[in-house]
Amino acid sequence: MANKTYDAGVKEYRDMYWTPDYVPLDTDLLACFKCTGQPGVPREEVAAAVAAESSTGTWSTVWSELLTDLEYYKGRAYRIEDVPGDNESFYAFIAYPIDLFEEGSVVNVLTSLVGNVFGFKALKHLRLEDIRFPIAYIKTCLGPPCGIQVERDKLNKYGRPLLGATIKPKLGLSAKNYGRAVYECLRGGLDLTKDDENVNSQPFMRWQNRFEFVGEALLKAQDETGERKGHYLNVTAPDPEQMYERAEFAKEVGCPIVMHDFLTGGFTANTGLAKWCRKNGMLLHIHRAMHAVIDRHPKHGIHFRVLAKCLRLSGGDQLHTGTVVGKLEGDRASTLGFVDQLRESFVPEDRARGVFFDQDWGSMPGVFAVASGGIHVWHMPALVTIFGDDSCLQFGGGTQGHPWGNAAGAAANRVALEACVKARNEGREVEKEARDILAEAAQHSPELAIAMETWKEIVFEFETVDKLDVA
Amino acid sequence: MPSSNQMGDFQTAQTLETFGFLPKLTQEEVYDQIAYIIAQGWTPAIEHEHPSRSTNHYWTMWKLPFFGEQDLGRVVDELESCRRSYPDHHIRLLGYDNYTQSQGAAFVVYEGRA
Repeated sequence: MANKTYDAGVKEYRDMYWTPDYVPLDTDLLACFKCTGQPGVPREEVAAAVAAESSTGTWSTVWSELLTDLEYYKGRAYRIEDVPGDNESFYAFIAYPIDLFEEGSVVNVLTSLVGNVFGFKALKHLRLEDIRFPIAYIKTCLGPPCGIQVERDKLNKYGRPLLGATIKPKLGLSAKNYGRAVYECLRGGLDLTKDDENVNSQPFMRWQNRFEFVGEALLKAQDETGERKGHYLNVTAPDPEQMYERAEFAKEVGCPIVMHDFLTGGFTANTGLAKWCRKNGMLLHIHRAMHAVIDRHPKHGIHFRVLAKCLRLSGGDQLHTGTVVGKLEGDRASTLGFVDQLRESFVPEDRARGVFFDQDWGSMPGVFAVASGGIHVWHMPALVTIFGDDSCLQFGGGTQGHPWGNAAGAAANRVALEACVKARNEGREVEKEARDILAEAAQHSPELAIAMETWKEIVFEFETVDKLDVA
Repeated sequence: MPSSNQMGDFQTAQTLETFGFLPKLTQEEVYDQIAYIIAQGWTPAIEHEHPSRSTNHYWTMWKLPFFGEQDLGRVVDELESCRRSYPDHHIRLLGYDNYTQSQGAAFVVYEGRA
């Protein structure tokens, strides 16, 4: 090293950052980028440029590089693969030494990996497809404040998915009327209700008033049904101080769970709130407003599986994943790929699900997958089959749009859910026998019979925009 | 058949969590759920409690969980003996999952009278 001399000027990135013989270390953080270079730029040069710009490199050689050992700190592009069915793009695999990142900081990891490099001129598009976090790094993150197992124990919900709803209309209700809508849903059989993400503290309903009325609704419903209930009080706020103030008050009114928007609120706020929740024995529900801006374009941005992994590290007990069957974007195989990343302790590489690396989560608690958006009782059999027990199924319009109101709508969904779970446990094929299972259940539930009649015709059949890459 | 043109009244009920919204399970249906618990490799267990205390997390255990039990009939027998001993109690069946350290199943088989 000491015999290196300073040679000013611009070098080809690949001289230093393209290392096809490199064997990644167990402690390396690995990333897979889908790269689309400008015409004429060789793949190796593009991959090397991405490795350089997301780690130690800059466009020109500088003398102070010689004061450190860049061979130790640099990122390395170690593999290039074709993207199936796409001649224009390719996958670049890059290994980063663990010491490039501050411990326990997904903020720092993202700032490096998806920082300046995304605006790089030699690239037409760039998409971060997956990150393999080494177990050594995972052990430095606090993760979910409670996790799936503790949430089940706190809420006393076993052997089935959780059932929820977002309170509608999403904006404009007074605090007292809002609490009424919550009470009706919970007494009718839902486990959880949710503030819409837009609900923070607007002039029509300030947060203190909402929290007080919702707290009363929750406790009364709990008392009358004998079941444990929750409402995700949204504590997403203009600044961290107000966020913590709201979280404290949510705890004070007797609510077991608070809610945060991790992308608009930011990872720093999210990690801080997760720490607060762990200290205070509170559950944390995570919404994902803004995700489609980042993850929907198949060639540019960050795939949601990466954002989901980052959230598990930052902390959250429930995360929205899309429904596969409802009104919002979502491919089944790809969705199951990142649902695994939320819940399992080890996820093997599986290209058919868009999983590029083995991922060992160690003892990091799991996160409930939340399916929400445009779903109703007819979707229940598919949802139970797709998402399994460790999920939260949320029917907003599908509960509150019931002709008899929220309580009857809630009961209809609860009957449908339990009928599907019971049938599954009996060994029936729930998706195939959907119609029979629901019809049988409706015989003893007029609420379900009416819900089935109301939503008979609604389907959401559009092609998914962001598909997995297949030939 | 109910009609959506006719407004109904939904009465709040004490529902005791999972399967609380289904009609009381028949003996055969309970049998199927025990079979499911055993097939998953979970350990069946029975708990009971007086309805006035049923909102507590901890109910009283009936004996110990039935570790290694593969005979559905014996679990049913235990449910029956528990019921004979505590006719006015809620009685629930659990499936302990030692991998997730949680309960893979839990539902009330017999409801006691408050």
